[in-house]
Amino acid sequence: MPVVVVDVVLKPEISDPQGQAVLGALGRLGHSGVRSVRQGKHFVLEVDGTPDAAELREIAETLLANPVIEDVELHLPTD
Amino acid sequence: MSADVTATPHAADGPADAAVRSMPDLDTVERAAQAPDTAQPFAELGLKDDEYASIKDILGRRPTTAELAMYSVMWSEHCSYKSSKVHLRRFGDLPKSDALLVGMGENAGVVDVGEGYAVTFKVESHNHPSYIEPYQGAATGVGGIVRDILTMGARPIAVMDSLRFGAADAPDTARVLPGVVAGVGGYGNCLGLPNIGGELLFDATYAGNPLVNALCVGVMRHEDLQLAKAEGTGNKVVLFGARTGGDGIGGVSVLASETFDAEGPAKRPAVQVGDPFTEKLLIEACLEVFAAGLVTGIQDLGGAGISCATSELAAAGSGGMRIDLDAVPLRDSTLTPAEILMSESQERMCAVVEPDKVEAFLAVCAKWDVLATVIGEVTDGDRLTIDWHGERIVDVPPRTVALEGPRYDRPMTRPADLDALQADAPPSSSADLRADWLALVSSPDGADKSWVTEQYDRYVRGNTVLAQPEDAGVLRVDESSNLGIALALDGNARFSRLDPYTGAQLNLAEAYRNVAVSGAVPLAVTNCLNFGSPENPEVMWQFAEAVRGLADGCRELGLPVTGGNVSLYNQTGDVAINPTPVIGVLGVHADVRRRVPTGWRAAGETVLLLGETRAEFGGSAWASVVHGHLGGLPPRLDLAAERTLAQLLTRFATEGLVSSAHDLADGGLAQAVTESALRYGTGATLRVEGDPTAALFAESGARVVVTTADPAAVRAAAADAGVPVTELGTTGGDALVVEGLLELPLAELRTAWTGTLPALFGSPELVVSAVPAGTVPTS
Amino acid sequence: MRIGVITFPGSLDDVDAARAVRLAGGEPVSLWHGDHDLKDVDAVVLPGGFSYGDYLRAGAIAARSPLMADVVAAAGTGLPVLGICNGFQVLCEAGLLPGALTRNSHLHFRNRDQGLRVERADTAWTSSFTQGQEIVVPVKNGEGRYVAADADLDRLEGEGRVVVRYVGGNPNGSSRDIAGVTSADGRVVGLMPHPEHAVEDLTGPSTDGLGFFTSVLTSLVGAA
Repeated sequence: MPVVVVDVVLKPEISDPQGQAVLGALGRLGHSGVRSVRQGKHFVLEVDGTPDAAELREIAETLLANPVIEDVELHLPTD
Repeated sequence: MSADVTATPHAADGPADAAVRSMPDLDTVERAAQAPDTAQPFAELGLKDDEYASIKDILGRRPTTAELAMYSVMWSEHCSYKSSKVHLRRFGDLPKSDALLVGMGENAGVVDVGEGYAVTFKVESHNHPSYIEPYQGAATGVGGIVRDILTMGARPIAVMDSLRFGAADAPDTARVLPGVVAGVGGYGNCLGLPNIGGELLFDATYAGNPLVNALCVGVMRHEDLQLAKAEGTGNKVVLFGARTGGDGIGGVSVLASETFDAEGPAKRPAVQVGDPFTEKLLIEACLEVFAAGLVTGIQDLGGAGISCATSELAAAGSGGMRIDLDAVPLRDSTLTPAEILMSESQERMCAVVEPDKVEAFLAVCAKWDVLATVIGEVTDGDRLTIDWHGERIVDVPPRTVALEGPRYDRPMTRPADLDALQADAPPSSSADLRADWLALVSSPDGADKSWVTEQYDRYVRGNTVLAQPEDAGVLRVDESSNLGIALALDGNARFSRLDPYTGAQLNLAEAYRNVAVSGAVPLAVTNCLNFGSPENPEVMWQFAEAVRGLADGCRELGLPVTGGNVSLYNQTGDVAINPTPVIGVLGVHADVRRRVPTGWRAAGETVLLLGETRAEFGGSAWASVVHGHLGGLPPRLDLAAERTLAQLLTRFATEGLVSSAHDLADGGLAQAVTESALRYGTGATLRVEGDPTAALFAESGARVVVTTADPAAVRAAAADAGVPVTELGTTGGDALVVEGLLELPLAELRTAWTGTLPALFGSPELVVSAVPAGTVPTS
Repeated sequence: MRIGVITFPGSLDDVDAARAVRLAGGEPVSLWHGDHDLKDVDAVVLPGGFSYGDYLRAGAIAARSPLMADVVAAAGTGLPVLGICNGFQVLCEAGLLPGALTRNSHLHFRNRDQGLRVERADTAWTSSFTQGQEIVVPVKNGEGRYVAADADLDRLEGEGRVVVRYVGGNPNGSSRDIAGVTSADGRVVGLMPHPEHAVEDLTGPSTDGLGFFTSVLTSLVGAA
């Protein structure tokens, strides 16, 4: 069954306290080389038949993400 | 319409999955009879040789793999109370109380609170899971106790939590505490239950054994009472709520690896994951099917999952039960039958429903998006049978699983160190009263608990009259009559360490007093008994003494024990926790508008101390915080004085004689007046007589501080009751002044009192800038 | 006056909102998320809670329930709508109000008695207050941090769309201390604090919350 992956992350201009918390922890653990952490959501959708890119984009942009604060990245199956 | 037609098939399974269940490996009843000598991993599952032998006696053959799993979990200490039952009998021997509608043995006791209302309440521990995974352990602890209350037919209306951790500054406490608090809050908040109080205490003996005891209280009309009983041949057994997954399967992973070797499923996680949203829907669906009269019997699924629910329902009824395990909706299609039987997946319930009501039952569940499936039926006879892929894998007398487990009268010995401990008299004189006072109220045990309680919703449902930091939580039950209830949870473990018999009674007295302070009449008792290993005779002695003390105390106060919970094996290596009997007392308010708060609001009121102060420091917070000392004897117990004081406090509330009342307990007078003064920022000028250390820090029982605008009336009422009264002074000003001894500005006290927990566990500080940093860059 | 209170799966403060409507003198009417039926109510309250567990984003799934389509349509013709906490999140997700509510800056759920300043006393839900009045109402949320792009915030401020602002400390890191906003026509209001928990002396920190409910009753009578 084709698998479609949708990644949702906060827009760069929206502050991400969860990412900030992870970054703080990395610093305390001595990983000083990490400059920034942004946390997001990863959706895995199993789809019947050939995925309809337009429909999936609509799903991603209207339900899975809130376009006011989040960006989406759609990963359709390559083969 | 046949009920089976409406059953929802389990959708997660495809044909490929069925092949995974290697049928040749299936251990059936038939195979068990044919191959009696097959070696079984009973010891790894925690069963003793003689326990395994008695299972074989009961069945007349060896158990199947599935049966072995059922017996091993149901005969565990957690489910069978095998070490504690012989002692808990004392609670059942207490005189019958008219208020008690349902006593011990059901999911929770039920108490008549008047006007046709009944209240059910219970505390349960989730200690070990909360240590392994603090957030989920605590969250599912709340979820479990809420289902117990729901199972009685009641709407859950509030929760409380009694928490204990290792030393506050220990690194592991910084891991466990924030997770536990977030878990209690995350689950209760999402369920819409106000958290109205509890405890938060620290002691090194809880390192590695945090105590997470959750209380839930529910309310119903008398006629709404439900029982966990399968009656009526042909009635359907409906499993509803979440799908069954591999959560919480501990011992069963032994069986899984035994059966499947390296090819088998990975070891299952022992941690259950909570889904409060599903539980909220489950609550609404349950209350709707109860109201529509669609349920004959009901049981929640907690420890031991389907094994427990089916065997308990069948054991309590007059017939047997047949279960088709293939019908159980699964989240993970690779589960073995034994795993399905043992799974502790959360948010599931099991109901017995008459065949012609099944359709309506399923419709209510569908309305609430709750998955519901007929998995079996009540049968004639006295066997619980379970089939899998057309093969019989369980055929047992249900009582032998659920009720007739082993019982042990384990050896007991008075702890060898107790004489020395009791002979080690505590210090009794303070070198610096002011410094000691500040040390006490800024100690982790004495400090402000807002860091925790602000993470809990105390307002939802709109009936919370008093919540933390008050002495008792008070809830309105009826909006027109203003009938209400009060609840307090207390468990001073230092007292129990010094003398478990007296300690348990002192805890009872404190919870009783806290309920009375709010103006309520104490009515019933529940408990959560947290101890070390019962296989240690010294721990067993502590347990037995605490139970004996609690039973004697309840007899003297005329209160029934409505139920409770026992948590044993709370120890790391050979070191047991301090014996910690946590006692909950329920009281009734005829009119919650008469409730008495702990805080001082008005200046110019007279501050009075009720009760007698003695130089008692054994097990006190002062001895512990200032001197690191635990020794001597706990304060003298005087239940007659407690009873008289409680009656007087109720009279104060009814007649509106006092504007505040605060119990004196840990930290004595100093702690109590600090809390009363800081609540609304009203100070006081006080005078104490006699030895100042005792006056400020002793922990003598049966004492309460009240404030009043009418001291003459309070004195007269106290004189009527024979309760000693001492005038302490007058409220007002922005400091606590003890004349001739010390002066503490409220600002300094507040800094000391409120700073401790944020400093230890991180400060969710208020953002005070108008535009918070990092929100949106200008583009 | 009939005030509808919507129950979504996971709504928690619906009983409280109904009680507040009753104490204010209105008639609460239960509305079910799955119906296309507003039952001819004169105004609608979306209560607090954790609809659908807030598992996707707070309010996201409830915003797409059948009844919300009717609410959006009715709001377009001036039906007064109040969203409290999760209800505010639903209104933002449904596009009836600007901005979004995100995880609190300190990452904790927080319940406290909160000071608020009423910035607009001329909306359908705040006319019982005076401009600049300070009130105390409980706040309780884990995802209450109001955010929007800076330009949008400037525009909202310019249009006077901020209805209530936190005073005496910002409990969740909301941009510009914004606690609640309104639609351009002042008929739709959303706020994170819970006025329905401040309607009785017995159970609330104040009775300031009643003003939101008396406001709508007054404005409806005025309009009738």
